[in-house]
Amino acid sequence: MCSMLTKETKDEYRDGFIKGIPICLGYIPVSFTFGLMAVTGGLPRWLTIFTSISNVTSAGQFAGVQLIFAGAGLFEIALTTFVINMRYMLMSLALSQKIHEETPLWKRLIFGFAITDEIFAIASVERKKLTASYMFGLMSTPIFGWTLGTALGAFTSGLLSDRLSAAMGIALYAMFIAIIIPPAKKSKAVLITILEATAIMCIFRYVSFFDFISDGFKIIIATVIAAGISAAVFPVKEGGDSAEAAESGCAAPAKEEADI
Amino acid sequence: MKAFISVLVMAIVTYIPRVLPVSVFRHEIKSVFIRSFLFYVPYAVLAALTFPAIIWSTGSELAAAVGTLIAIFLAYMEQGLVVVAMAAIVVVYGAGLIF
Repeated sequence: MCSMLTKETKDEYRDGFIKGIPICLGYIPVSFTFGLMAVTGGLPRWLTIFTSISNVTSAGQFAGVQLIFAGAGLFEIALTTFVINMRYMLMSLALSQKIHEETPLWKRLIFGFAITDEIFAIASVERKKLTASYMFGLMSTPIFGWTLGTALGAFTSGLLSDRLSAAMGIALYAMFIAIIIPPAKKSKAVLITILEATAIMCIFRYVSFFDFISDGFKIIIATVIAAGISAAVFPVKEGGDSAEAAESGCAAPAKEEADI
Repeated sequence: MKAFISVLVMAIVTYIPRVLPVSVFRHEIKSVFIRSFLFYVPYAVLAALTFPAIIWSTGSELAAAVGTLIAIFLAYMEQGLVVVAMAAIVVVYGAGLIF
Protein backbone atom coordinates (compact mmCIF):
# COMPACT_ATOMS: atom_id res chain seq x y z
CA MET A 1 0.00 0.00 0.00
CA CYS A 2 2.67 2.38 1.07
CA SER A 3 4.98 1.56 -1.85
CA MET A 4 2.07 1.90 -4.27
CA LEU A 5 1.44 5.39 -2.99
CA THR A 6 5.09 6.26 -3.39
CA LYS A 7 5.10 5.03 -6.96
CA GLU A 8 2.02 7.06 -7.76
CA THR A 9 3.64 10.10 -6.21
CA LYS A 10 6.76 9.54 -8.30
CA ASP A 11 4.75 9.15 -11.50
CA GLU A 12 2.85 12.33 -10.76
CA TYR A 13 6.09 14.19 -10.07
CA ARG A 14 7.62 12.89 -13.28
CA ASP A 15 4.55 13.81 -15.33
CA GLY A 16 4.74 17.38 -14.03
CA PHE A 17 8.50 17.51 -14.41
CA ILE A 18 8.38 16.51 -18.09
CA LYS A 19 5.64 19.02 -18.85
CA GLY A 20 7.68 21.73 -17.11
CA ILE A 21 10.73 21.32 -19.36
CA PRO A 22 9.41 23.30 -22.35
CA ILE A 23 8.40 26.10 -19.94
CA CYS A 24 11.90 26.04 -18.48
CA LEU A 25 13.48 26.32 -21.94
CA GLY A 26 11.05 29.06 -22.94
CA TYR A 27 11.88 31.00 -19.77
CA ILE A 28 15.60 31.18 -20.48
CA PRO A 29 15.48 33.84 -23.25
CA VAL A 30 12.89 35.84 -21.30
CA SER A 31 14.72 35.80 -17.97
CA PHE A 32 17.96 36.37 -19.85
CA THR A 33 16.43 39.59 -21.13
CA PHE A 34 15.43 40.49 -17.59
CA GLY A 35 18.94 39.85 -16.24
CA LEU A 36 20.41 41.91 -19.03
CA MET A 37 18.00 44.79 -18.47
CA ALA A 38 18.29 44.86 -14.68
CA VAL A 39 22.10 44.84 -14.58
CA THR A 40 22.37 47.34 -17.43
CA GLY A 41 20.04 49.60 -15.43
CA GLY A 42 22.26 49.42 -12.38
CA LEU A 43 20.88 46.63 -10.18
CA PRO A 44 23.67 44.54 -8.59
CA ARG A 45 24.06 41.07 -10.13
CA TRP A 46 23.24 39.22 -6.91
CA LEU A 47 20.09 41.27 -6.40
CA THR A 48 19.02 40.70 -10.01
CA ILE A 49 19.30 36.94 -9.52
CA PHE A 50 17.61 37.17 -6.12
CA THR A 51 14.73 39.06 -7.73
CA SER A 52 14.08 36.18 -10.12
CA ILE A 53 14.32 33.45 -7.51
CA SER A 54 12.04 35.28 -5.06
CA ASN A 55 9.47 36.66 -7.52
CA VAL A 56 9.35 34.13 -10.40
CA THR A 57 7.18 36.38 -12.51
CA SER A 58 7.78 38.18 -15.78
CA ALA A 59 5.68 41.31 -16.10
CA GLY A 60 5.80 42.14 -12.36
CA GLN A 61 9.59 41.90 -12.20
CA PHE A 62 10.14 44.00 -15.31
CA ALA A 63 7.78 46.68 -14.01
CA GLY A 64 9.09 46.56 -10.42
CA VAL A 65 12.73 46.95 -11.45
CA GLN A 66 11.86 49.81 -13.79
CA LEU A 67 10.21 51.54 -10.82
CA ILE A 68 13.28 50.95 -8.63
CA PHE A 69 15.36 52.63 -11.35
CA ALA A 70 12.89 55.50 -11.48
CA GLY A 71 13.36 56.01 -7.73
CA ALA A 72 9.74 55.19 -6.93
CA GLY A 73 8.58 54.76 -3.34
CA LEU A 74 7.94 51.39 -1.71
CA PHE A 75 4.18 51.86 -1.75
CA GLU A 76 4.06 52.62 -5.45
CA ILE A 77 6.28 49.63 -6.20
CA ALA A 78 4.11 47.39 -4.03
CA LEU A 79 0.84 48.63 -5.54
CA THR A 80 1.98 48.39 -9.16
CA THR A 81 3.45 44.94 -8.72
CA PHE A 82 0.37 43.79 -6.86
CA VAL A 83 -2.00 45.07 -9.54
CA ILE A 84 0.02 43.41 -12.30
CA ASN A 85 0.00 40.19 -10.28
CA MET A 86 -3.69 40.28 -9.34
CA ARG A 87 -4.35 38.13 -12.39
CA TYR A 88 -2.73 35.32 -10.40
CA MET A 89 -5.73 35.40 -8.06
CA LEU A 90 -7.95 34.36 -10.96
CA MET A 91 -5.49 31.64 -11.92
CA SER A 92 -5.08 30.47 -8.34
CA LEU A 93 -8.86 30.36 -7.94
CA ALA A 94 -9.19 28.36 -11.15
CA LEU A 95 -6.50 25.94 -9.97
CA SER A 96 -8.18 25.57 -6.56
CA GLN A 97 -10.95 23.76 -8.43
CA LYS A 98 -8.52 21.27 -9.93
CA ILE A 99 -6.27 20.55 -6.97
CA HIS A 100 -6.94 17.27 -5.20
CA GLU A 101 -9.19 18.11 -2.22
CA GLU A 102 -7.02 16.34 0.36
CA THR A 103 -3.88 18.30 -0.51
CA PRO A 104 -2.62 19.77 2.81
CA LEU A 105 -2.19 23.50 3.32
CA TRP A 106 1.61 23.47 3.59
CA LYS A 107 1.89 21.88 0.15
CA ARG A 108 -0.50 24.46 -1.29
CA LEU A 109 1.65 27.20 0.24
CA ILE A 110 4.67 25.80 -1.60
CA PHE A 111 3.30 25.23 -5.09
CA GLY A 112 1.22 28.42 -4.85
CA PHE A 113 4.56 30.23 -5.05
CA ALA A 114 5.06 28.99 -8.60
CA ILE A 115 1.72 29.83 -10.21
CA THR A 116 3.04 31.64 -13.26
CA ASP A 117 1.12 32.29 -16.48
CA GLU A 118 2.77 29.33 -18.18
CA ILE A 119 2.66 26.86 -15.29
CA PHE A 120 -0.99 27.76 -14.84
CA ALA A 121 -1.64 27.35 -18.57
CA ILE A 122 -0.25 23.80 -18.51
CA ALA A 123 -1.88 22.77 -15.22
CA SER A 124 -5.27 24.27 -16.00
CA VAL A 125 -5.80 22.25 -19.17
CA GLU A 126 -4.96 18.92 -17.52
CA ARG A 127 -7.94 16.58 -17.57
CA LYS A 128 -7.20 15.10 -14.16
CA LYS A 129 -7.27 16.25 -10.55
CA LEU A 130 -3.92 17.82 -9.77
CA THR A 131 -1.77 16.41 -6.99
CA ALA A 132 0.89 18.30 -5.04
CA SER A 133 3.54 15.96 -6.52
CA TYR A 134 2.46 16.91 -10.04
CA MET A 135 2.64 20.60 -9.16
CA PHE A 136 6.07 20.19 -7.53
CA GLY A 137 7.32 18.44 -10.67
CA LEU A 138 5.80 21.05 -12.93
CA MET A 139 7.36 23.98 -11.04
CA SER A 140 10.87 22.61 -10.53
CA THR A 141 12.51 23.11 -13.93
CA PRO A 142 10.79 26.44 -14.76
CA ILE A 143 12.06 28.02 -11.50
CA PHE A 144 15.52 26.69 -12.31
CA GLY A 145 15.35 27.99 -15.89
CA TRP A 146 14.02 31.37 -14.80
CA THR A 147 16.92 31.79 -12.36
CA LEU A 148 19.55 30.37 -14.71
CA GLY A 149 18.48 32.63 -17.58
CA THR A 150 18.58 35.65 -15.27
CA ALA A 151 22.09 34.77 -14.12
CA LEU A 152 23.26 34.29 -17.72
CA GLY A 153 21.78 37.63 -18.69
CA ALA A 154 23.23 39.34 -15.63
CA PHE A 155 26.73 38.13 -16.39
CA THR A 156 26.70 38.75 -20.14
CA SER A 157 25.26 42.25 -19.96
CA GLY A 158 27.30 44.45 -22.23
CA LEU A 159 28.54 41.50 -24.30
CA LEU A 160 25.44 41.23 -26.49
CA SER A 161 24.66 43.68 -29.25
CA ASP A 162 21.80 46.07 -28.54
CA ARG A 163 20.03 44.69 -31.57
CA LEU A 164 20.04 41.14 -30.24
CA SER A 165 18.92 42.11 -26.74
CA ALA A 166 16.11 44.19 -28.25
CA ALA A 167 15.01 41.24 -30.41
CA MET A 168 14.83 39.06 -27.29
CA GLY A 169 12.08 41.29 -25.95
CA ILE A 170 9.58 39.36 -28.07
CA ALA A 171 10.35 35.99 -26.44
CA LEU A 172 7.84 36.26 -23.59
CA TYR A 173 4.98 37.18 -25.89
CA ALA A 174 5.86 34.53 -28.46
CA MET A 175 5.64 31.99 -25.67
CA PHE A 176 2.18 33.23 -24.72
CA ILE A 177 1.13 32.90 -28.37
CA ALA A 178 2.42 29.32 -28.44
CA ILE A 179 0.20 28.55 -25.45
CA ILE A 180 -3.07 30.09 -26.63
CA ILE A 181 -3.14 29.49 -30.39
CA PRO A 182 -3.34 25.66 -30.54
CA PRO A 183 -6.44 25.49 -28.27
CA ALA A 184 -7.97 28.36 -30.26
CA LYS A 185 -7.62 26.21 -33.36
CA LYS A 186 -9.79 23.52 -31.81
CA SER A 187 -12.32 25.69 -30.01
CA LYS A 188 -14.11 28.65 -31.55
CA ALA A 189 -15.08 29.83 -28.05
CA VAL A 190 -11.41 30.05 -27.04
CA LEU A 191 -10.57 31.94 -30.24
CA ILE A 192 -13.37 34.42 -29.59
CA THR A 193 -12.19 34.87 -25.99
CA ILE A 194 -8.72 35.78 -27.29
CA LEU A 195 -10.19 38.24 -29.80
CA GLU A 196 -12.38 39.81 -27.10
CA ALA A 197 -9.45 40.35 -24.75
CA THR A 198 -7.34 41.73 -27.61
CA ALA A 199 -10.09 44.12 -28.70
CA ILE A 200 -10.57 45.42 -25.15
CA MET A 201 -6.82 45.97 -24.71
CA CYS A 202 -6.69 47.84 -28.04
CA ILE A 203 -9.53 50.09 -26.93
CA PHE A 204 -7.69 50.77 -23.65
CA ARG A 205 -4.57 51.56 -25.59
CA TYR A 206 -6.01 53.90 -28.20
CA VAL A 207 -8.86 55.64 -26.41
CA SER A 208 -7.13 58.24 -24.26
CA PHE A 209 -10.10 58.35 -21.87
CA PHE A 210 -8.76 55.13 -20.31
CA ASP A 211 -5.25 56.47 -19.70
CA PHE A 212 -5.93 56.86 -15.98
CA ILE A 213 -6.14 53.07 -15.58
CA SER A 214 -2.78 51.45 -14.83
CA ASP A 215 -1.50 48.69 -17.13
CA GLY A 216 -2.05 46.04 -14.48
CA PHE A 217 -5.68 46.99 -13.99
CA LYS A 218 -6.27 47.09 -17.74
CA ILE A 219 -5.19 43.46 -17.96
CA ILE A 220 -7.47 42.46 -15.09
CA ILE A 221 -10.47 44.33 -16.54
CA ALA A 222 -9.92 42.90 -20.03
CA THR A 223 -9.60 39.39 -18.58
CA VAL A 224 -12.78 39.63 -16.49
CA ILE A 225 -14.85 41.08 -19.34
CA ALA A 226 -13.59 38.68 -22.02
CA ALA A 227 -13.85 35.55 -19.85
CA GLY A 228 -17.22 36.77 -18.55
CA ILE A 229 -18.72 37.26 -22.00
CA SER A 230 -17.45 33.88 -23.17
CA ALA A 231 -18.73 32.15 -20.04
CA ALA A 232 -22.20 33.66 -20.62
CA VAL A 233 -22.30 32.95 -24.37
CA PHE A 234 -20.39 29.66 -24.47
CA PRO A 235 -20.96 27.88 -21.15
CA VAL A 236 -18.65 24.91 -20.77
CA LYS A 237 -20.52 21.66 -20.34
CA GLU A 238 -20.52 20.08 -16.90
CA GLY A 239 -17.75 17.62 -16.11
CA GLY A 240 -15.65 18.42 -19.14
CA ASP A 241 -14.13 21.72 -18.13
CA SER A 242 -11.12 21.27 -20.34
CA ALA A 243 -12.45 18.76 -22.86
CA GLU A 244 -12.94 21.40 -25.48
CA ALA A 245 -9.37 22.61 -25.42
CA ALA A 246 -7.56 19.34 -24.88
CA GLU A 247 -9.09 16.79 -27.16
CA SER A 248 -6.11 14.50 -27.42
CA GLY A 249 -6.07 13.31 -23.84
CA CYS A 250 -4.28 10.07 -24.64
CA ALA A 251 -1.45 11.58 -26.65
CA ALA A 252 2.15 10.92 -25.68
CA PRO A 253 3.71 13.54 -23.38
CA ALA A 254 5.89 14.99 -26.15
CA LYS A 255 2.84 15.60 -28.30
CA GLU A 256 0.81 17.09 -25.48
CA GLU A 257 3.32 19.88 -24.93
CA ALA A 258 2.60 21.14 -28.39
CA ASP A 259 -1.14 20.79 -27.92
CA ILE A 260 -1.27 22.95 -24.85
CA MET B 1 19.57 48.37 0.69
CA LYS B 2 16.47 50.21 -0.48
CA ALA B 3 16.54 48.19 -3.70
CA PHE B 4 16.77 44.97 -1.68
CA ILE B 5 13.74 45.91 0.42
CA SER B 6 11.85 46.85 -2.75
CA VAL B 7 12.56 43.42 -4.20
CA LEU B 8 11.37 41.75 -0.98
CA VAL B 9 8.15 43.78 -1.09
CA MET B 10 7.67 42.75 -4.74
CA ALA B 11 8.14 39.11 -3.74
CA ILE B 12 5.48 39.38 -1.02
CA VAL B 13 2.86 41.10 -3.19
CA THR B 14 3.53 38.52 -5.88
CA TYR B 15 3.17 35.60 -3.50
CA ILE B 16 -0.07 36.66 -1.79
CA PRO B 17 -2.43 36.68 -4.81
CA ARG B 18 -0.94 33.40 -5.99
CA VAL B 19 -1.26 31.47 -2.81
CA LEU B 20 -4.43 32.82 -1.21
CA PRO B 21 -7.22 31.38 -3.40
CA VAL B 22 -5.60 27.98 -3.89
CA SER B 23 -5.17 27.65 -0.11
CA VAL B 24 -8.60 28.95 0.92
CA PHE B 25 -10.98 27.42 -1.62
CA ARG B 26 -11.27 23.70 -1.05
CA HIS B 27 -14.77 22.88 -2.19
CA GLU B 28 -15.87 22.57 -5.76
CA ILE B 29 -17.63 25.54 -7.35
CA LYS B 30 -20.95 24.33 -8.72
CA SER B 31 -21.97 27.32 -10.82
CA VAL B 32 -21.63 26.57 -14.55
CA PHE B 33 -21.02 30.25 -15.20
CA ILE B 34 -18.13 30.52 -12.75
CA ARG B 35 -16.64 27.23 -13.95
CA SER B 36 -16.86 28.44 -17.55
CA PHE B 37 -15.43 31.82 -16.54
CA LEU B 38 -12.44 30.16 -14.91
CA PHE B 39 -11.98 27.97 -17.98
CA TYR B 40 -11.67 31.04 -20.22
CA VAL B 41 -9.44 33.05 -17.84
CA PRO B 42 -6.06 31.74 -19.05
CA TYR B 43 -6.82 32.49 -22.69
CA ALA B 44 -8.19 35.93 -21.86
CA VAL B 45 -5.31 36.93 -19.59
CA LEU B 46 -2.55 35.69 -21.90
CA ALA B 47 -4.18 37.41 -24.89
CA ALA B 48 -4.56 40.63 -22.89
CA LEU B 49 -0.90 40.50 -21.89
CA THR B 50 0.26 39.81 -25.45
CA PHE B 51 -1.92 41.98 -27.68
CA PRO B 52 -1.20 44.66 -28.59
CA ALA B 53 1.86 44.95 -26.24
CA ILE B 54 3.94 42.60 -28.41
CA ILE B 55 4.20 45.30 -31.08
CA TRP B 56 6.31 47.50 -28.77
CA SER B 57 8.40 44.68 -27.35
CA THR B 58 11.48 44.97 -29.56
CA GLY B 59 12.19 48.61 -30.36
CA SER B 60 10.99 48.22 -33.95
CA GLU B 61 7.25 47.96 -34.54
CA LEU B 62 7.70 46.56 -38.04
CA ALA B 63 10.17 43.88 -36.93
CA ALA B 64 7.90 42.98 -34.01
CA ALA B 65 4.91 42.67 -36.36
CA VAL B 66 6.84 40.22 -38.56
CA GLY B 67 7.90 38.30 -35.45
CA THR B 68 4.30 38.19 -34.25
CA LEU B 69 3.06 36.74 -37.55
CA ILE B 70 5.78 34.08 -37.51
CA ALA B 71 4.95 33.20 -33.89
CA ILE B 72 1.24 32.88 -34.69
CA PHE B 73 1.99 30.77 -37.77
CA LEU B 74 4.31 28.39 -35.91
CA ALA B 75 1.91 28.16 -32.97
CA TYR B 76 -0.87 27.36 -35.45
CA MET B 77 1.34 24.59 -36.79
CA GLU B 78 1.48 23.37 -33.17
CA GLN B 79 5.18 23.94 -32.60
CA GLY B 80 6.31 24.00 -28.95
CA LEU B 81 7.02 26.99 -26.71
CA VAL B 82 10.75 27.00 -27.33
CA VAL B 83 10.56 26.75 -31.12
CA VAL B 84 8.04 29.57 -31.30
CA ALA B 85 9.99 31.84 -28.92
CA MET B 86 13.37 31.23 -30.58
CA ALA B 87 11.98 31.62 -34.10
CA ALA B 88 10.37 34.93 -33.13
CA ILE B 89 13.68 36.24 -31.73
CA VAL B 90 15.61 35.17 -34.86
CA VAL B 91 13.03 36.69 -37.21
CA VAL B 92 12.90 39.98 -35.27
CA TYR B 93 16.70 40.12 -35.25
CA GLY B 94 16.82 39.41 -38.99
CA ALA B 95 14.06 41.90 -39.76
CA GLY B 96 15.94 44.49 -37.73
CA LEU B 97 18.91 44.10 -40.07
CA ILE B 98 16.74 44.72 -43.13
CA PHE B 99 14.40 47.50 -42.03
